[in-house]
Amino acid sequence: MTALEIAADVRAGRRSARSVVEAHLEAIAAREPELHAFNLVLHADALGEADVIDRRVAAGDDPGPLAGVPVAVKDNLATRGIPTTCGSRILNGWRPPYDATVVIRLRAAGAVVIGKTNMDEFAMGSSTENSAFGPTRNPHDPSRVPGGSSGGSAAAVAAGFAPLALGSDTGGSIRQPAALCGVVGMKPTYGVVSRYGLVAFASSLDQIGPFAATVADAAALLEAIGGHDPLDSTSIAGPPPRVSGVLGDGVEGLRVGVVRELTGGLDPDVSARLVEAAAALAGEGAKVDEASVPSVGLGLSAYYLIATAEASSNLARYDGVRYGLRVDADDVTAMYGATRAAGFGAEVKRRIMLGTYALSAGYYDAYYGQAQRVRTLLIRDFEAAYAQFDLLLSATSPTTAFPLGAKSDDPLAMYLSDVCTIPSNLAGHPAVSVPFGTGDGGMPVGIQLYAPALGEPTLFRAAAALERSAPR
Amino acid sequence: MDTPSLTRADVVHVAVLARLALTDEEVDVFTVQLAAVLEHAADVAALDTEGVPPTAHPLPLVNVLRDDEVRPCLDRDEVLAAAPAAEGGRFKVPRILGEAP
Repeated sequence: MTALEIAADVRAGRRSARSVVEAHLEAIAAREPELHAFNLVLHADALGEADVIDRRVAAGDDPGPLAGVPVAVKDNLATRGIPTTCGSRILNGWRPPYDATVVIRLRAAGAVVIGKTNMDEFAMGSSTENSAFGPTRNPHDPSRVPGGSSGGSAAAVAAGFAPLALGSDTGGSIRQPAALCGVVGMKPTYGVVSRYGLVAFASSLDQIGPFAATVADAAALLEAIGGHDPLDSTSIAGPPPRVSGVLGDGVEGLRVGVVRELTGGLDPDVSARLVEAAAALAGEGAKVDEASVPSVGLGLSAYYLIATAEASSNLARYDGVRYGLRVDADDVTAMYGATRAAGFGAEVKRRIMLGTYALSAGYYDAYYGQAQRVRTLLIRDFEAAYAQFDLLLSATSPTTAFPLGAKSDDPLAMYLSDVCTIPSNLAGHPAVSVPFGTGDGGMPVGIQLYAPALGEPTLFRAAAALERSAPR
Repeated sequence: MDTPSLTRADVVHVAVLARLALTDEEVDVFTVQLAAVLEHAADVAALDTEGVPPTAHPLPLVNVLRDDEVRPCLDRDEVLAAAPAAEGGRFKVPRILGEAP
């Protein structure tokens, strides 16, 4: 059942929220030991929240558009009194003293938080193998990764543990795992969803967004969590984008550009699905042509300098003083070094080191400053492309899901799996990955649509059309 | 712009700046891995960007102000309960300065 079907049934009193939650807890009990999508399943809390929904329905109340819908929440979103680990030993056992704005909005919409999902430590990774609590496995083939960093959220939706999930996307961490797990994953325009209560990785790139089995469900979740929040000073004024109402509008006359610079280096199966997706949109009446975003190839390098620089600053807060792990030492400087050495995993240390280097005296201009200028060039290239096109199209990831361990020892190879998703984060633009057939080993392939800032309505229109024309 | 290759001494220095007590083995591994990433970033470092302004943020940010009025805030006991050490309503840390003479 989709989230929208569940909510309709619960609101009408045809089905209890408790029975919905129980059914999903049973699905979790059956496969979670194999997949490890969750760091924490909230059995009792979720049933308690469901009972409150059911009492409200019985009293003639409307609990909201997501009434009784279980939602899996990435473990870098603060949940008051409920452990929030970010997949890291350094926050193991931390119970936040507040809820993230998105969590408050989920509950206000009648949704039920069913658990906290596994992730690469501090969202740094593309496979969910960097979690301090062990990897998540892909529901379509447990010998393969689910993608990352929101791999637990993607796997939870793909396995039927929850119809909806929240993730965060700094360089593709929603869209890439959505593609690898065969679900819909969407990164909103920067500022559309409040980051209050999202544990920061790279603040100028981070954005929270929805996972769902269908485009319509993802649209409903975005509408529930989006809109201005005074607690996030980078939150855009105004209501959330209205996207549910346009899903049936089709793509007749829309100009869609296939990003030429991102058509190389793809697995043959992924490349074939991209060609078919472009043809499918053309068959629905879109005007499809080749687009050029010349500096897109520089995005990867620019991203790994900017994101790590911001991370090195953001992660300075894990110092053993206010929360999380402390390793005692004689003086405070030794305590910092020992705490951070024991608390962070290899990838987080690597990125803190890279970012600190990129910001350090003598290298700032050559690396961080240059990366910021490349960001400007990329934004200009997108502006030029959007003068000719309403939407852009590419694969979401160059490959389908790869085996666990395949890229663990080669950070650069792992980083390359984000080459198609990073440009939207640097520009602050929305993008969505839609499942479109399969590739190597029968694994899912995702196709990505991009829109300019606040282009969510057009983006969802085309995503719904792509979903309708996808191979079954 | 020139991009000098990363040395082991650079990694040791950066680890001090980042307050990371790395093992010798980690320093060896990171020297190789970070050099590979920086080599990939040579395309960005070498680019002619004369006259291109830097972008620090995707939105044109302005200061957000509010009236200076008392509002609810985080509960102090709840916050301190999450700290590794607290005493007298404050965070407790190891010695910062040397003993007084």
